[in-house]
Amino acid sequence: MTLAEQEKRFQEKIDNEIKIEPNDWMPDAYRQTLIRQISQHAHSEVVGMLPEGNWITRAPNLRRKAVLLAKVQDEAGHGLYLYSAIETLGADREQTIDDLHSGKAKYSSIFNYPALTWADIGAIGWLVDGAAIMNQVALCRTSYGPYARAMVKICKEESFHQRQGYESLMVLCKGTPAQKAMAQDALNRFWWPALMMFGPNDAESTHSEQSMNWKIKRFTNDELRQSFVDATVAQAELLGLTIPDANLRWNEERGHYDFSEINWDEFWQVVKGNGPCNKERIEARVKAKENGLWVREAANAYAKKRAMKKSA
Amino acid sequence: MEQKALFEYVLRMADDSLILGQRLGEWCGHGPILEEDIALTNISLDLIGQSISLFDLAAALQGEGKTHDDLAFLRFENQYKNVLLVEQPNGDFAMTILRQFFFDAFRKPFYEALCKSPITQLAAIAEKSLKETRYHLKHTSEWVIRMGDGTEESHARAQAAIDHLWRYTHELFYEDAIDAELQASAQVPSLKAIETSWLETVKAVFAEATLEIPANNWKFDGGRQGRHSEHMGYLLAELQYMQRAYPNMQW
Repeated sequence: MTLAEQEKRFQEKIDNEIKIEPNDWMPDAYRQTLIRQISQHAHSEVVGMLPEGNWITRAPNLRRKAVLLAKVQDEAGHGLYLYSAIETLGADREQTIDDLHSGKAKYSSIFNYPALTWADIGAIGWLVDGAAIMNQVALCRTSYGPYARAMVKICKEESFHQRQGYESLMVLCKGTPAQKAMAQDALNRFWWPALMMFGPNDAESTHSEQSMNWKIKRFTNDELRQSFVDATVAQAELLGLTIPDANLRWNEERGHYDFSEINWDEFWQVVKGNGPCNKERIEARVKAKENGLWVREAANAYAKKRAMKKSA
Repeated sequence: MEQKALFEYVLRMADDSLILGQRLGEWCGHGPILEEDIALTNISLDLIGQSISLFDLAAALQGEGKTHDDLAFLRFENQYKNVLLVEQPNGDFAMTILRQFFFDAFRKPFYEALCKSPITQLAAIAEKSLKETRYHLKHTSEWVIRMGDGTEESHARAQAAIDHLWRYTHELFYEDAIDAELQASAQVPSLKAIETSWLETVKAVFAEATLEIPANNWKFDGGRQGRHSEHMGYLLAELQYMQRAYPNMQW
């Protein structure tokens, strides 16, 4: 079969909503796009453990401590599925992690913002997991089979996290004035970074069009961002919190909320490594890998010894 | 009188679980491999869960209308009765695993014996916790063996952890009037037989791991009487931060 025929066949599958599986032929650019996107997603799960993990030792009561431990564990589990999905594409897990550490691979910029108060843990669940779900629900139908199937499981857990985050903010909003102020402050700091999670405007998004044709992406960045704003306004009202945007209002004609322009300078600065916590996040991951080197070497050496004993 | 002894007894168990769970939680996001990050936080989660059941029981025995959170968060340092072993800093992965191994090797036979207690709530907690503890012990034993019989470096690190932690292990079997009173009425097991079982486990795992029990048998204790190490104050400062800074609020 010629390359042109293979490409035609591949696109036909995509157009007919037939999933692409690991052993199927696929264009190299499709493979590379998936490796880039899935590894970015895996790194986001793992780096995302850090801001929340910071609060495990300071959680305000035992039940919240247990819930937060379970949540961060889920995220580590998501990281594991996604690294496995990358391996089905022939990529090496450790190599993609080294790319993260060298700054070559990206992760969700939201995790470069600090978690300063307990309310931030609620806000991360509500807004950050909420925004992630908007992206990820669409990815449950993505064209690459292993990624789509991983997403189904991940989405179930993420929507649980989102409800937990919202519920914990509800407790603060019904609590003392100090607690409510803590919740409002968290919303003020996380609202714009959450909107930035959907990426650049469609006109600026370099990878969007091809990814839409390949059905890796099913909605554009701006469409997803709009859905998120539309869904979140009423949730903020129910909490009695104010979204920090003077221009936020319902547009009858569009059937959507209008909102202010994102500060794109800040967006690009954080993407390029200049956010409040970029350095700390990467340093923590590099340190974990370096400190773990002797542990991994020990496990490998022991496994080899065992294998030799067995074959002897 | 027995009610008061039982309260103290349960509190000691609850504090062991809470403080060790708190220490393991510090590993979150920093584990040597992602799989082990999950394993350490999973053990932490089990221990925090056990502490909730135990503090609930302690609060009921105390009868002052306190909650598990009141007991867990709002005592002074000298009112915490955990053994010194569990409050020791995480150190490297070898230190964390050895600390956990010594503790699990104690908790397994302890819970097995406690399942037979006539105090039904305590026996029920022991039974549920035993299932978790068996997994923990299996996991930590495997790592002790891997490290001991892995590379030169891992062997040295595991042995250094043993040499450091050994002095704290004796306190796991500390007994005083509280134990004597409850043992006299056969409410709780004697720790003598448990110590024998613990030592057998340690010896068997160390033999496979090619690791040594230290010759120096110097003992430390004090935790059970509320006399802690310098590390404890910092641990409590983090643990209690929210409850101290924002008193009397619901979360």
